[in-house]
Amino acid sequence: MAWYAARRLLASVPVVLASTFVVFLMVTYSGDPLGDFKTQQLRQNNNPAIRADRIRGEQHFLRLDHPLLERYWLWIKGIVLHGDFGPSRHVPDIGAELGNRLLVTARLVTLAMLLAVVLALVVGVVSAVRRARVTDHLLTLVSVVFLSLPVFWFAVLLKDYLAVDLNTSLGRRLLFTMGESTPNLAGGFWTQLGDALGHLVLPTLVLALSVYPPWSRFQRTSMVEVLDSDYVRLARAKGLPRRRVLVHHALRTALIPLATVVAVDFAGLVGSTVITEQIFTWQGMGTMLLDGIKDRDVYVVLAWLLVVAVVVVVVNLISDLLYAVLDPRIRVG
Amino acid sequence: MAELVRAAQSAQSAPRRRAGRVALRRFFAHRPAVIGLVILLVLIFAAFVGRHLWRYDYGDFTGDYSDPPSAAHPFGTDSSGHDLFAQVLRGTARSIEIALFVAVVSTVIGALVGAVAGYYRGLADSGLMRVVDLVLTLPLYAIAALLGHQVGSGRSGWISIALVLALLLWAPIARVVRGVTLSLREQEFIEAARALGASDRWILFRHVLPNAGGTIIVNATVYVAVAILAETALSYVGFGIRSPDVSLGSLVAAAQAASATRRWLFYYPGLVLTVLVLSVNLVGDGLRVAFDPREDR
Repeated sequence: MAWYAARRLLASVPVVLASTFVVFLMVTYSGDPLGDFKTQQLRQNNNPAIRADRIRGEQHFLRLDHPLLERYWLWIKGIVLHGDFGPSRHVPDIGAELGNRLLVTARLVTLAMLLAVVLALVVGVVSAVRRARVTDHLLTLVSVVFLSLPVFWFAVLLKDYLAVDLNTSLGRRLLFTMGESTPNLAGGFWTQLGDALGHLVLPTLVLALSVYPPWSRFQRTSMVEVLDSDYVRLARAKGLPRRRVLVHHALRTALIPLATVVAVDFAGLVGSTVITEQIFTWQGMGTMLLDGIKDRDVYVVLAWLLVVAVVVVVVNLISDLLYAVLDPRIRVG
Repeated sequence: MAELVRAAQSAQSAPRRRAGRVALRRFFAHRPAVIGLVILLVLIFAAFVGRHLWRYDYGDFTGDYSDPPSAAHPFGTDSSGHDLFAQVLRGTARSIEIALFVAVVSTVIGALVGAVAGYYRGLADSGLMRVVDLVLTLPLYAIAALLGHQVGSGRSGWISIALVLALLLWAPIARVVRGVTLSLREQEFIEAARALGASDRWILFRHVLPNAGGTIIVNATVYVAVAILAETALSYVGFGIRSPDVSLGSLVAAAQAASATRRWLFYYPGLVLTVLVLSVNLVGDGLRVAFDPREDR
């Protein structure tokens, strides 16, 4: 299994390299990162020699005096040899910044994914069991509505109604609508934890509700298929209790496709966090990406992409390993 | 020989036409899908025809500032005096245009690439599929924001935004169509066509693609909804449609600061957007059931 995992990780290296190279080209050709700096120099500096000198200095700092391919090579070499993510005029140390923001985004993504998987399981299984009855139709309709809600609009509705009303009725702030934590909050571990949770509720809810609908449909389809299968009918015919058949025989098999879909959609989930973070003004990876794009800060964008790509590769690997756990017929190696 | 091929073709196309009618009947038997279709048609009509019948244009300054909804302005006005109803109609039209463009372009590219890869297999397949894999690793929102930032401004910016989205969304379609093609090419009627001397191109366009049609149409509908949401989200974070052009996303974004004081500015564009995407998704569901009855068990 370890050998299989190592081989899979090794095979994904070229994909990650190609993907970062494409994005590297895109950002590089999207415009001059020193455009603003140049106009500012033109306004402030009357001596053309000093001006040219300063611009040359910045260009050297951003490695713009190297040819294109060499810059990409230097970027990779820097990461592999020194853990250096490259220079930026806006972020002092991309690596350190990335570390902080990764923690912020990771807790949002993890919780939202867990919640979405649970929702998908419950909705999918209940729909399948109560197939073609009122419950099924109702759940399907609710899922389609959540699938159609634009996150940035739905989030503000939740802020305005759920959060503000709940806070007013409780007489204190329980749910926060902005930021990932209260800055400079005094207090011990539990205060900090409560504060972080209060900030997490709304973004997690928004994200989970926007990603679960396709998963629950998937779960319903695979559950229906399994429930119609001969071995489930046999298990029932043997006189096993309904609940036992559902959980031990049907659900275990019906979980396998879900593991794949969740892994495949994971990249999309991370993409949605970019929007969610923007709505709730979180200082996470998504905001870093959007700032990087605005500033044409190529190494910031690349750092974001690299982290996301590595995480996506690992999540897909985990899902394939889960396969082997869920389905005894599959042996990896 | 050509006559033989034509004979085989007409013998084969009759059941397909009947299959199309069966799918259509199944679609109309699915009540949510019909409701979705009606809503969608009403929205399309309002956006493209009703917009020109309405007394204000989206750029008009009406002289009423920040009016709440009334008979004169059903959706109210904003602080510069724009009639929000006219703006929402215009934004809806923009969103539908973008979505249709994305759906058509990405489906055509995806279907062709998928069919060619699945039909020829071998080197063409592995080459094309590596490209698909590469595109699939690019996160939609990140890349669209990156490219949209560059190309999105100006009045014809919407075409560039749509093109960017289409160039990112064809890859998953290609993968699905390839899967269908792989199983189709082993079937007997393809073998029969080949035995009759039909060319590869004939088989691809007359047999493979039409038989993958159901899958392709269902996927295209899904991507209409995805494209609408992606465009509005992009416009919301400021990398999509920008002023003076309006889309439903840019209207919601512009009204965000006003969501507490002038709620109508925020609610109506978002509501219309939700109803639009919902109707497309309902139609998509209906098509899925129509083309694949197993889905409706």
